[in-house]
Amino acid sequence: MLQPPTLPTNYTVKPGDLKTSTGRTIRTEEMIINMGPQHPSTHGVLRLEIVVDGEIIVDCIPHIGYLHRCFEKHCEQMTNYQQVIPYADRMDYCSAMTNEWAFALAAERMLKIEVPERVEYIRVIMAELQRIASHLIAVGTYGIDSGAFTPFLYTFIDREKILDLFEMTCGARLLYNYIWIGGLSHDLPVNFIEQAMDFIRYFRPRIKMLNDLLTYNEIFVKRTANVGVLPKDVAIHYAVSGPQLRGSGVNWDLRRDDPYSIYHKLDWQPQIGKGEVGTVGDCWDRHIVRMREMEQSLNIIEQALAGLPEGNVKAAIPKRIRPEKDAEIYVRTEASRGELGYYIMSDGTASPFRVKARGPAFVNLSVLPEIARGGLIADLVLTAGSIDIVLGEVDR
Amino acid sequence: MTAQEIYDVLKTTFGDAIVELKLDILQPWIRIEPDKTRDICLFLRDESVMQFDYLSCLSGVDYNNGTFGIVYHLASMVHKHKIVLKTFCTKDHSHVHSVSDVWGTANWHEREVFDLFGIIIDGHPDLRRILLPDDWEGNPLRKDYKVQEFYHGMKVPY
Repeated sequence: MLQPPTLPTNYTVKPGDLKTSTGRTIRTEEMIINMGPQHPSTHGVLRLEIVVDGEIIVDCIPHIGYLHRCFEKHCEQMTNYQQVIPYADRMDYCSAMTNEWAFALAAERMLKIEVPERVEYIRVIMAELQRIASHLIAVGTYGIDSGAFTPFLYTFIDREKILDLFEMTCGARLLYNYIWIGGLSHDLPVNFIEQAMDFIRYFRPRIKMLNDLLTYNEIFVKRTANVGVLPKDVAIHYAVSGPQLRGSGVNWDLRRDDPYSIYHKLDWQPQIGKGEVGTVGDCWDRHIVRMREMEQSLNIIEQALAGLPEGNVKAAIPKRIRPEKDAEIYVRTEASRGELGYYIMSDGTASPFRVKARGPAFVNLSVLPEIARGGLIADLVLTAGSIDIVLGEVDR
Repeated sequence: MTAQEIYDVLKTTFGDAIVELKLDILQPWIRIEPDKTRDICLFLRDESVMQFDYLSCLSGVDYNNGTFGIVYHLASMVHKHKIVLKTFCTKDHSHVHSVSDVWGTANWHEREVFDLFGIIIDGHPDLRRILLPDDWEGNPLRKDYKVQEFYHGMKVPY
């Protein structure tokens, strides 16, 4: 069922073709090369053991675990469910709001708490701002991987404005401890809405600029089109999610298909890859899905800010969190990288009994051997970058 | 389909391998026998009314009373329903059959279960540690885990 992709036809020199001027064929063999844990292009501490034949990849074996910080064991030692939130932040450090929200959602469903509507709206605003910030990192570093150094700092300028909004609200730029079980730690500050609307007005033309600079650049298109093609059935077989799944043409977004919070009240569309410059499911498709998702997030934030109700964000925070014995729940949300799920089991005490974090980057990375086979090492860099992994989430 | 309907279809097809259905909780689960997991999962994936083509999560659990459990959270993109399956095994005989040829994503999830719990997954194509170093001793997520004193000369407990 899973056939390795055939060699691209534009690589005309194959291993075994090399002859000396006297006509003697050079013996070639496969080589194991290590793209070690310390590498500028692996987006963190990821070790790729690559078996190459010439420069064509025969097999690629990812080795992870260099950033394993025992999140699940830590959770069992906590004395309170709220104490897990800062640890959940640190799993996917580029997208902390969505991590916190998923855990808070799981605990709230287990305890059957209803949060005030203002809390739901603010959570959506924060999560979508976080999604834009996370995609900006993905897009910027993806440009660096393919050799375009300029867009990186441009995306980071825009990201700074989002981090300013977060710092205004909760004091932290990257790891917030903001979304608590039952509510939020702080209400929105006084001029948050004006500053957020300013950001939306500022950022919309910047997306077009980034597209002109990077996405439709001829060199970038040539490097990413038809590279790392992930077919639809392989993607579902490997439970891929998020922009990687939508880039392969699957119309699946958990905000619409397994809805939570107020997403069903807002007007937005999931973005699907259509193979506009190459094949459906290639690296360019994943990239354009991320660019278009940023635009959709702006629409969501605008609508949420317009419809923000009044209320008390700390009203529903429980004083004591003690779920029933044998209560358990699995909640999945659409984080920046895909389906982030928490499976929480309780034994009736105030500490969680078992917390399993299903990180999207962990699952998305497992498909890398399938899509990297048959390409060149240069393609591997772009394929691994297009998966958009954050090792904190892979290793937890 | 509801959990009760899924349970009924499974019960008629597999009989005793489907042990029980726990219904009156937030997310109902079906308990299955560990030696039949692969057949049941293949049926759940391929049968037209079920089509559970998406394995959301595969977790191991240590129940602190001598049993381990593996919990499968399945979802269907076609029919939009979800189900939870659980199998239990004892600490002395902790073997479960792999489902990595049913859902490719189970490959890494089962390696994680093997790594952190020590449950042997029979029929797994590549069973080795994934998150911890290959020469680590012990299985940390077990409730009776004692961390080792030294690892390559470095003191482990801090």
